Amino acid sequence: MRAFVYQRVADVRAATTAGAAGQGVRFIAGGTNLLDLMKLEIETPLRLVDISRLPLKGIEVTPEGGLRIGALVTNSDLAADPAVRCQYPLLSQAILAGASGQLRNRASVGGNLLQRTRCFYFYDCTTPCNKRSPGSGCAAIGGFNRIHAVLGTSDDCIAAHPSDMAVAMAALGAHIETRTADGSGRTLSLDELYRPPGHTPHLETNLAEGELIVAVVLPPPPRGAQIYRKVRDRASYAFALVSVAAVLAADASKIHDARVAFGSLAPKPWRSIDAELALIGQLPSREIFETAAEAGLKGARGYGHNDFKIALARRMLVAVLEQLAGRR
Amino acid sequence: MSQFGTNRRTFLQSAALAGWALGAESPLIAPIAGIAQDTARSGGEAMQVALTVNRERWSLVLDTRTTLLDALREHIGLTGTKKGCDHGQCGACTVLLNGRRINACLTLAVMLEGDDITTIEGLGAASTLHPLQAAFITHDGFQCGYCTTGQICSAVGMLAEADAGWPSRITNDVAVSPVLTDAEIAERMSGNLCRCGAYPNIVAAIKSVASRGLE
Repeated sequence: MRAFVYQRVADVRAATTAGAAGQGVRFIAGGTNLLDLMKLEIETPLRLVDISRLPLKGIEVTPEGGLRIGALVTNSDLAADPAVRCQYPLLSQAILAGASGQLRNRASVGGNLLQRTRCFYFYDCTTPCNKRSPGSGCAAIGGFNRIHAVLGTSDDCIAAHPSDMAVAMAALGAHIETRTADGSGRTLSLDELYRPPGHTPHLETNLAEGELIVAVVLPPPPRGAQIYRKVRDRASYAFALVSVAAVLAADASKIHDARVAFGSLAPKPWRSIDAELALIGQLPSREIFETAAEAGLKGARGYGHNDFKIALARRMLVAVLEQLAGRR
Repeated sequence: MSQFGTNRRTFLQSAALAGWALGAESPLIAPIAGIAQDTARSGGEAMQVALTVNRERWSLVLDTRTTLLDALREHIGLTGTKKGCDHGQCGACTVLLNGRRINACLTLAVMLEGDDITTIEGLGAASTLHPLQAAFITHDGFQCGYCTTGQICSAVGMLAEADAGWPSRITNDVAVSPVLTDAEIAERMSGNLCRCGAYPNIVAAIKSVASRGLE
């Protein structure tokens, strides 16, 4: 691990000021991903700003009837929160499907959103990787790419975002709240948070230097039933090959509302508005679910070893929608 | 213990001398000053940190890069916490931080100022085993033993989580507090690997304690 200066901050303003003080400054909260990457010298911050003591650990009901989740709420606390378990069960399911009990106890909500890909080549410093070493090439394209993305990729990077939690949040239409060094803040959808890889896959978000995620805001609970389903190589403690977060509000004759997001298919949690639009207003049936799955995977491109993900994601979405429709 | 050229008891006694009560006017003592010098030579940043480990308070000067795992093993001399993968994948380094199980290898010691850390050494002693330690012996919950301390610390944390009604990935309805079945125990313990494959007996040991309660 490269040497760094450690700085503990007591309030958000001090954090954003320290965060904007120059290049090489990184915030650390749980550190479960960042420290791992620092040990491998993939991350080499000069200064770590410890935000773990900031008062961003509350979960509160918003005036609109949603939830505002502090960025430092642990993954464990969020999954175990009574309001989340009752009103947003797919979020609890998604969090509990990720990592281990130990990691969830330490990992923060904000850090989960900002965790980096588990692409083998990103981790292997002996291989080219445009995300780790811009301009060096992509070893995954043409390499062992079974775990890689099929949607939203570029010719420079096919790494997938590994989060489970973020997939559920994408389906729920979550927004993040940030603060910057000048004291201002903004609200971003998850789609606005993440940058497409394009020619600069090392730039993963649209956050400015020193901009700190302070909360995630969930809209009021959606109508209908919710499911998070994850397919992986082991039954527990493994990243997804494909995951699906879906919400369906339907009666026998009509789908009133639908939310669909895929995990481990793209460089970001992939909400599929196309799949949702294919469902809303239609008569629930296997045919319409297949049409929605087709719409959701439109434009997907396999890279050899990961071709199976396209068919798997389609079938998972159909199965999840059938299960949700059966629950109505 | 061979690196210290002494037996466990002698070492622990001398290690205990390396800590001092907070608030006392104490100069750096030799082993700690040595660490600061090593840190400086490697270009690292040294920092003073106060840790509470097994209810004992320690004041250490550490390279900021020092993980909790290395602080416990190399600086405080508590080698019961094991280093397996050092990347948060195996669970051998599991300790309790403010009562919750975490991977000590993925935590910086300097971040834990004032926190309460419990290691396997703080759970029980040879004469007064923690119920889970006794259960692992009764149920033969280990073979080589390398993962065992992490398994036991993890199980302590896991049972507290279950007592608090936390659901798991396999809980059918996450809104309802689950019953701690074998499958629930296995899922909740998946962050602790056992290369010997002692899992059935580990589950049996944990279940025996879960069913009669920890107190």
